[in-house]
Amino acid sequence: MKNIIVRLRNIEKIYGGKSVIDHLNLNVARGEFLTLLGPSGCGKTTTLRMIGGFEDTDGGQIFLEDKDVAGKAPNHRDVNTVFQSYALFPHMNVFDNVAFGLVEKKVPKAEIKKRVDEMIELVQLQGMEKRMPSQMSGGQKQRVAIARALVNRPKVLLLDEPLGALDLKLRKQMQFELKELQKKLKITFIYVTHDQEEALTMSDRIAVMNEGRIEQLGTPVEIYNHPKTKFVADFIGESNIFEAYIEEKKGNRISLVMESGKVELDAPDFEYDEMVYVCVRPENMKASMEPRDGFTLRGTVMEHIFVGSTIKTIIELPSSQLVKMTNPPEDEVIPVGTNVYLHWLPQKTVVMHTREDRVYEIIEGAGNEKEEQ
Amino acid sequence: MKKKSNKIPFLSTVSPAIIWLILFLVLPLLYIVGISFMKKGLYGGVIQTFDLTAYKTMFQSKYMKILLDSLWLSLKTTGLCLLFGYPFAYIISNTKKKWKPFCVLLIMLPFWINSLIRTYGWNSILREQGILNTLLMQLGIINQPLQMLYTDGAVLLGMVYALIPFTVLPLYSSIEKLDHSLLEAASDLGASKVHVFRKVILPLTMPGIFAASVQTFIPSLGYFFITDMMGGATTMNIGNVIKNQFLTARNWPLGAALAIALIAVTIVIMKLYTRVGSIEDMV
Repeated sequence: MKNIIVRLRNIEKIYGGKSVIDHLNLNVARGEFLTLLGPSGCGKTTTLRMIGGFEDTDGGQIFLEDKDVAGKAPNHRDVNTVFQSYALFPHMNVFDNVAFGLVEKKVPKAEIKKRVDEMIELVQLQGMEKRMPSQMSGGQKQRVAIARALVNRPKVLLLDEPLGALDLKLRKQMQFELKELQKKLKITFIYVTHDQEEALTMSDRIAVMNEGRIEQLGTPVEIYNHPKTKFVADFIGESNIFEAYIEEKKGNRISLVMESGKVELDAPDFEYDEMVYVCVRPENMKASMEPRDGFTLRGTVMEHIFVGSTIKTIIELPSSQLVKMTNPPEDEVIPVGTNVYLHWLPQKTVVMHTREDRVYEIIEGAGNEKEEQ
Repeated sequence: MKKKSNKIPFLSTVSPAIIWLILFLVLPLLYIVGISFMKKGLYGGVIQTFDLTAYKTMFQSKYMKILLDSLWLSLKTTGLCLLFGYPFAYIISNTKKKWKPFCVLLIMLPFWINSLIRTYGWNSILREQGILNTLLMQLGIINQPLQMLYTDGAVLLGMVYALIPFTVLPLYSSIEKLDHSLLEAASDLGASKVHVFRKVILPLTMPGIFAASVQTFIPSLGYFFITDMMGGATTMNIGNVIKNQFLTARNWPLGAALAIALIAVTIVIMKLYTRVGSIEDMV
C-alpha cells in the first residue's frame, strides 16, 4: 500500500442529527486525478473539506501518507485547496497572493521570487504580477487561485468545483489545462464536481457519490460502460433503464421479461427469479422494422431531435416509457409514427440488481476496492 | 394657470425634511455664526455691533490648550474604544447565528436609558461612599476610601463606557462582511490564527476600524457632561468651556466662536474620512 497517499476510513459526518457522510471509505493513489462526483447534497464537498481540515469528522480516520491527521488544523496539513469562490485576498496583488503560503513557511525571499515567477509563468499570467484581484476576469482569478495553491508543492491538491463559475468555453479550456498541469507536476488531485462530463474527461478515477456514500469507484470508462447501480447509470450520461424479471437461466444465459418485450443475454452474476434493472445507452440502441434475434421490444417513433453531431430519436413503448436512441445524422431516418422493434448488442447491456441487500453489498465494496489488490 | 400647477409638486418635494433642517439646523447655526461676530453684553446676551474680540480671545493659549486637551482626551477614548470594541465585535460576529441579534441588542440597550442617568450610575459606584469603595473596605482590601471619582481615569472610563457602542456597531458590520473562505484560504496556506488575523482580518476590516474611529471621535468631542460629572473641576473639555461661556461666564460671542472652531475641526475630520473612504473603494 505504498502508493496510497490519502486514506479515508469509515468517515462519518453528522449535521443536526442527520448523517451526511455515512462510513465512507476511500483510498487515493499517489499522483492520480480522482474526482468526487455527485448531485448537490451528496456529501462530496463535505468530504473534501474534511480532508482539508475545515470540517471535523464525527467518526473514522483520515490518513495522509499513513499519518492520522484528525484534529489537525488546515495549516498543519500538507494539502492545499482551490476554493470555488477563488478566495483571493482582495488587498494583495497577484504576486503577494501567490507568495502567501511561501512567506508563511519562511522560505527565503530570493527563492519565493523564483518559485512565484515560475508558477505565474506556468499558469500563463506573466506581466500581471502587480494586478489586484478586482482587476481580473474570472478565468484569470482561477489561474491565480491554482498558482497560489500549487506553489506550495502540496502532497495533495483539493479542488472544490473550481470551474463552476466560468462560462462553458472557458471551462472546457481550463479543464484541459488543469489536466495538463496535473500530469506535468505529478501532484495528486482530488476534484469535486457535479458535472459528469467534466469528471469523465479529466479524471483517472471517479468516485460517484450519493447520500453520503460512494456508490461506485472506477475509471471513467468503467463507470460509463458498467454502472453498478441504477443511480450511477442514471447520473452518468444518458441511459434507458428498464425493469425486468429473469424468467429463465441456462448456464450464463438469462431470459429477461420486460413490460414491453423479451431479451436474452449473458449475465453470470444473476439468478433465476430475480428482478433487475437493464440499462442501455442511447448510442447502443437500434431500431428496425423486423424483430431481431432474442429481442421483441416494440415501440412507436415519436420525435427526432437534431443535436448537431447526432440525431436523437424518441420512441414510445406500449408502457408509455420513452426510449432515447442516438444515431449519426447520415443514418436513414425512420418516419415519425412508424412502429419499430428495438434491439442492441447483448454485450452492450448492463444488468443491475434491484434487491436492496445486493445493492448494499455493491456500495459497501465500492470504497474498499483498492485495498484488496 | 400652467405655472402654478408646476410649482405645487416642487413644493411638495421640498417640504417636511427641508423645512425641518432649515428651522432646526441652518437657522440656529447662522444665529451662532452671527453672534460670534458681535460684542458681548454686560449681563449675557449680545450687543449687535460687529466685533472680532471673541475670535481674538479664542486664540489665546488657554483656550487653545483646552481645545488640544479635549482632542487628546477624545483620541485616548477612541483608542480605548477600539481596543475593547474590536474583540467584542469579533466575538459577536463569531457567535451562533441565533444569538447574534441578542448580542447586538445588549449593546444597543444602554441607548434606551438617558446617558445622563447612566453617568449618575457610575457616580454612585465610584464616589467616596460609593458601592466599590464600601465593598473594598468591607473586604478589608483597603482602609481608607480611594479617590476614584473626579480623576482623569474616571473621565476616561465614563467616556469609553458612553461611546463604545458607536465603535462596536461599525466594527461588527465590517467583520460580518468578511468572506469566510478568505480565512480558510489563509489557514490552508499555512497561516497560524495570529497570522490570519494580522494579514487578512485586520487589513480587510480597516475601513470598519476607520469608520468606527470617526464615529467615536466626533461625538466624544461634545460629551461635556461626562467631564462635568466624573471629572469635577479637575478636567476641562472644550464642550464644558462652550457651555460655561453661555451659562456661567455670560460671554456668548466667545462661546459661539469656540463652537464654530469645534465644528470646523469636525468638518475637517469628516472630509478626511470621506476622502479615505473613496480611496478604499477604488482599491
